[in-house]
Amino acid sequence: MTVKMSDQAQAASSISIITNPVEWWRRLFLRSEPIRGYSLLSPTLLLMILSLGAPVLFLFAVSFWTQHLLEFTPGFVFDNYLTFLDKPNYQKLLWRSIKISGFVTILTVLLAYPMAYFIAFRVKKNKFAWLILITVPFWTSYLLRVFAWKIILGFNGVINSGFIELGIIEEPLKFLLYNPFAVVVTLAHAWAAFAILPIYVSLEKIDRSLLEAATDLGDGPVRRFFRVTLPLSMAGVVAACLLVFIPTVGDYVTPAVVGGPKGLMIGNLIQLQFAKANNWPMGAALSVISLMAITLIVCAFLWFTKRVRTQDL
Amino acid sequence: MSSPDAAAKPEGPLASKTKRAPGAAPKFGLLGVFAVTYLAFIYIPVLFLPLFSFNDSTYIAFPLKGFTFEWYIKMTEADGLIRSLMNSIKVGVPVAIISTLLGTLAAKAVTRYRMPGVTPIVSFIMAPLVVPGIIVGIAILIIVNWIGIDLSLFTIGFAHLPGCTAFSMWIMISRLEGFDPAIEEASLDLGIGPWMTFWRVTFPLIMPGVVASLLLTFTISFDEFILAFFLAGKEATLPIYIYSQLRFPWQLPNVLAMGSLILMASFVLVYFAEWFRRRGVQLKTTSGV
Repeated sequence: MTVKMSDQAQAASSISIITNPVEWWRRLFLRSEPIRGYSLLSPTLLLMILSLGAPVLFLFAVSFWTQHLLEFTPGFVFDNYLTFLDKPNYQKLLWRSIKISGFVTILTVLLAYPMAYFIAFRVKKNKFAWLILITVPFWTSYLLRVFAWKIILGFNGVINSGFIELGIIEEPLKFLLYNPFAVVVTLAHAWAAFAILPIYVSLEKIDRSLLEAATDLGDGPVRRFFRVTLPLSMAGVVAACLLVFIPTVGDYVTPAVVGGPKGLMIGNLIQLQFAKANNWPMGAALSVISLMAITLIVCAFLWFTKRVRTQDL
Repeated sequence: MSSPDAAAKPEGPLASKTKRAPGAAPKFGLLGVFAVTYLAFIYIPVLFLPLFSFNDSTYIAFPLKGFTFEWYIKMTEADGLIRSLMNSIKVGVPVAIISTLLGTLAAKAVTRYRMPGVTPIVSFIMAPLVVPGIIVGIAILIIVNWIGIDLSLFTIGFAHLPGCTAFSMWIMISRLEGFDPAIEEASLDLGIGPWMTFWRVTFPLIMPGVVASLLLTFTISFDEFILAFFLAGKEATLPIYIYSQLRFPWQLPNVLAMGSLILMASFVLVYFAEWFRRRGVQLKTTSGV
């Protein structure tokens, strides 16, 4: 009797599921983890498609358009790309941006590694305070941090006036501001936290008993560092390199404020296409070219680091 | 063991023995000196702004001439300052709320449910953290212009959303990673509905992360310049106003005064945010960054 009842109930419920799509969806929703997960994720995904995916795809399309005065001509022509290949100045700017960013990346990561190492291994009690001290400036106004370097490196700036006051120099040093050097210093300062944090995380993850094992097996501190600590923290170093390199290639604020004519980068050229030059499709093409150059370099870098790491093992 | 991070560190007799291994550097040796120097390199440049904002001279140079509040008083008389400040708040508050809401939902989804094929989607949502700002800025500018929407504070806020949402999701993932779903299940099993479970169990647990996310996303939007530069209409936000003032040398002391106040406000907000965020993370050390 009870069996029969439940059979009936089951039949009734399956009928109601078939006839009632809402109920069907509700059941599927409650049963399936991926569906529940994806429905929670979908508003965010939708926003990203609207505010990032679609605009970047459209940017790609517009890079094949042309502009005559204020009129866009939609189409699929390579004029803008050919213009880029035709103008050594444009290529020089892109090349310079990559060089400056590469230099900034190396400098920042080399400086960040010992800092991260110090916090991960030497600081025992106040890790919390150290991490806050490092992250706080990074969240604050980028523009003001760049501006700070302008007043430090300027012709009548902090360094020059300070050194003259102290009697170290007689004439202001002219090589401080408005050159690639100023851009490198400013960027290395602005992106410090981006390099320190991923390296810190990878160092913190290292199982301390591995280090002890290396010591027990006769490795000195230096050997132990190069054979155990450094290889195990390479993931953090790679992440730090990418987090610094990718955004700095396209930066235009730092070069505009402290770079001068010799320190201009591809970002300034792109920005110019939307201001004085007023050639939006050209600006779009320059952005796509920069993105592709960045992607190529990142892929080559990842391939290279992977090879080195597998060879080590 | 004063901090949660230290408490959660895999420390033990082994770790302390390693530290005292023969030949190991002393606790605060050369590395410590380097760390303090590097920290000084991070902080000192920024501290010159407040220093010179109290200097009684229009030239930003040593020697200091004397102490004054003049620039802070003159600053308030500047045209457009208060207006752009209000604009920045008008953009920052909704951006913080929307991005934190979306970031939290997404973080909850990826930490709570097994979702096949989610990795590329998460990478896509996190992409604004690494895509150069100028690319996002001009991409949105072009599409908005093509559709025919006028540039306004609304377009600035829209451009701030992807980056802030990605940051919020990143913060919330580290907050939710150690979250035990059994706590929620227990509440549901005990007969409390999903809504009450959310308000009485889930929300109090994720609250520190939510507060941190609200404060940080507000600060990012408030200080953001690159996107706002491309997407501003007639109404300027504070960073755009400041940038426009940089052209006039006689305005620099005012900019210093404004900048010092903004830096101070940002520092206070971010300090509280970091405090909330890190206080919360006790379950997993590695995600505490």
